[in-house]
Amino acid sequence: MSTPLAAPGHASHGAHEPYVKVFTGGPRKELDELLTRYPTKMAALLPALWMVQRERGWVSEDGIAEVAEVLELTPAYVKGVVTFYTMYHQHPVGKYFIQVCTTSPCGICGAEDVVKALLKHTGAVELGQTSPDGKFTVIEVECLGACGFATPIMINEEFVESVTADKVPEVLARFA
Amino acid sequence: MGYPHVPHQKETPVLTKHFGEAEARSLDGWKKRGGYRALEKALGMAPADIVNVIKDSGLRGRGGAGFPTGMKWSFMKPGDGKPHYLCCNADESEPGTFKDREIMRWTPHSLVEGCAIGSYAIGAETCYIYVRGEFTEPLEHMNAAVKEAYAAGILGKNAMGTGKRVDVHVHKGAGAYICGEETALMNSLEGRRGNPRIKPPFPAVSGVFGMPTTINNVETLAAAAPILINGADWYKKMCLSNPKSTGTKLYSVCGNIAKPGTYEVVMGFPFKEFLYDLCGGPLPGRKFKAIIPGGASVPIQTMEEAEATIMDYEGFVAGGSMLGSGGVIVIDDQQSMVGVIARLARFFAHESCAQCTQCREGTAWATKIMERIRDGEGTMEDLDTLLEISENMTGKTICVLSDSCATPIVSGIQKFRSEFEALIHGKKFHPVMAAVA
Ligand SMILES: Cc1cc2nc3c(=O)[nH]c(=O)nc-3n(C[C@H](O)[C@H](O)[C@H](O)COP(=O)(O)O)c2cc1C
Ligand code: SF4
Ligand code: FES
Repeated sequence: MSTPLAAPGHASHGAHEPYVKVFTGGPRKELDELLTRYPTKMAALLPALWMVQRERGWVSEDGIAEVAEVLELTPAYVKGVVTFYTMYHQHPVGKYFIQVCTTSPCGICGAEDVVKALLKHTGAVELGQTSPDGKFTVIEVECLGACGFATPIMINEEFVESVTADKVPEVLARFA
Repeated sequence: MGYPHVPHQKETPVLTKHFGEAEARSLDGWKKRGGYRALEKALGMAPADIVNVIKDSGLRGRGGAGFPTGMKWSFMKPGDGKPHYLCCNADESEPGTFKDREIMRWTPHSLVEGCAIGSYAIGAETCYIYVRGEFTEPLEHMNAAVKEAYAAGILGKNAMGTGKRVDVHVHKGAGAYICGEETALMNSLEGRRGNPRIKPPFPAVSGVFGMPTTINNVETLAAAAPILINGADWYKKMCLSNPKSTGTKLYSVCGNIAKPGTYEVVMGFPFKEFLYDLCGGPLPGRKFKAIIPGGASVPIQTMEEAEATIMDYEGFVAGGSMLGSGGVIVIDDQQSMVGVIARLARFFAHESCAQCTQCREGTAWATKIMERIRDGEGTMEDLDTLLEISENMTGKTICVLSDSCATPIVSGIQKFRSEFEALIHGKKFHPVMAAVA
């Protein structure tokens, strides 16, 4: 099993709450430092979007507009980039966002059973849905680059390896 | 696979030597193991001499294509007044592949060192290590290692006190297999959608930020340090087969096998011995059925082919496949080949960047037809249609993702046709059927 990282358990700001700007104070300094690494401002786009997601839990239209402003891009351009990548949340997600690999190498080691167990024990019922208590969202993803540790799952930033259907309740207990 | 990592006696641990030793992650721990001696040596050499050592060693790219690394480095022309870049490809998303992850998790400084050597050799002052976003733990270790290297003056404006600038930055991806393709990676790094670019121009002429760029895989760059320390001849001698394939290679082994994990063996090692001896053979009571030896993009091997294969670039081709990324996917008699291939097709359909019609449409239709056959609703004509679609998907697009989707389908139909036909004729897949076949 991988070294446990600090469980972030970020709070997603809701879709209708007012947006609070990210790039002030500490995060602004962090972005300024990042900008020194690249010859163009645009190159800081993926890192800036990561910062928005870290601070706000997802990348909303307001987040997109703010990133566009600080990097001197258009919101339409930024949105085009956001939608290309699978890891930016375009909607608020549960407190614990669970990604399960079901690509063939994991698939032949029982990944589908892990998915079923996760849906059952989190109460999320369907892929992509958030459990009624707002805690868990479960999605299937393509190869997580840890195929020898089938089935790997990611809970927010934490990687959990070698998960089997019967280990699911034990894994989830840490996030209850 | 458990850690601490105890190598099998038939392995030759060079890059994996310190896997499992948590202390090796720190700068002190890395230095205690001889770390940064190679960089120190490199910075005292003329860049062209380093390129020559790498050329002599016979090192070839470990990212999939096997292009000679020294030759790639020699395409860079220093002194043209432009900024030059090195990109380290740590996007590792090819199903079956997880070796770069282990290098970054256990010996992050080995990669920092390799990147610094590579940068200096090609005249690049900046190197970006592009790590896939899902690799949270490797990212943490890489960021920590880079930070330590800056604090110790190993990186920066005055690298190791030599007055030469070597900057190394870690850049986090955001989920897209296609960003492992070299030009897609460059677009992504620039803050764009990860669409592959039409070549030419090649990266050495116009790469990231429109400047001359070299891109190498994690394992390739990590190999540069031991080669510089021990010499090209030492590296060349690590070969049991032919002089076109030299050194050690990491294989990440997964699927239905007793001991999945990352193994390091010299070029030319017999694949049969590797599978049954090092990796422990099949799971109890089961039999191997097929192997995909180099990540999901390479042709499927029958066991007959696999067991006769010599593990090197040429050997895997002779065995009906390719070395690829070294991601060995083992499939046993409990699995339906059609099911495995259908799921791989879905992977490629999901990951297509959708720029090219043949790829966008081909991957989607191939997936639908494969799933139809898997679900017992296919027809014999579907097999011909699949082969025809595959033909149209091969060699006609901007990058080879399209070809990669066709590869398991074509090799699957060629080598395991009876399983397709059985499903089409209404026989549900049953593990026993495969055992009899
Ligand atoms: C669709 C696609 C995905 C790829 N993914 C990776 C990858 O994840 N890691 C990698 O090192 N190379 C990957 N490659 C190969 C790279 O384009 C490139 O050849 C490689 O990084 C060069 O490094 P090397 O010469 O050291 O092997 C991919 C290629 C294609 C077409
Ligand atoms: S082949 Fe597919 S992935 Fe590659 S550029 Fe074309 S559409 Fe994109
Ligand atoms: S296939 Fe599941 S991690 Fe690679």
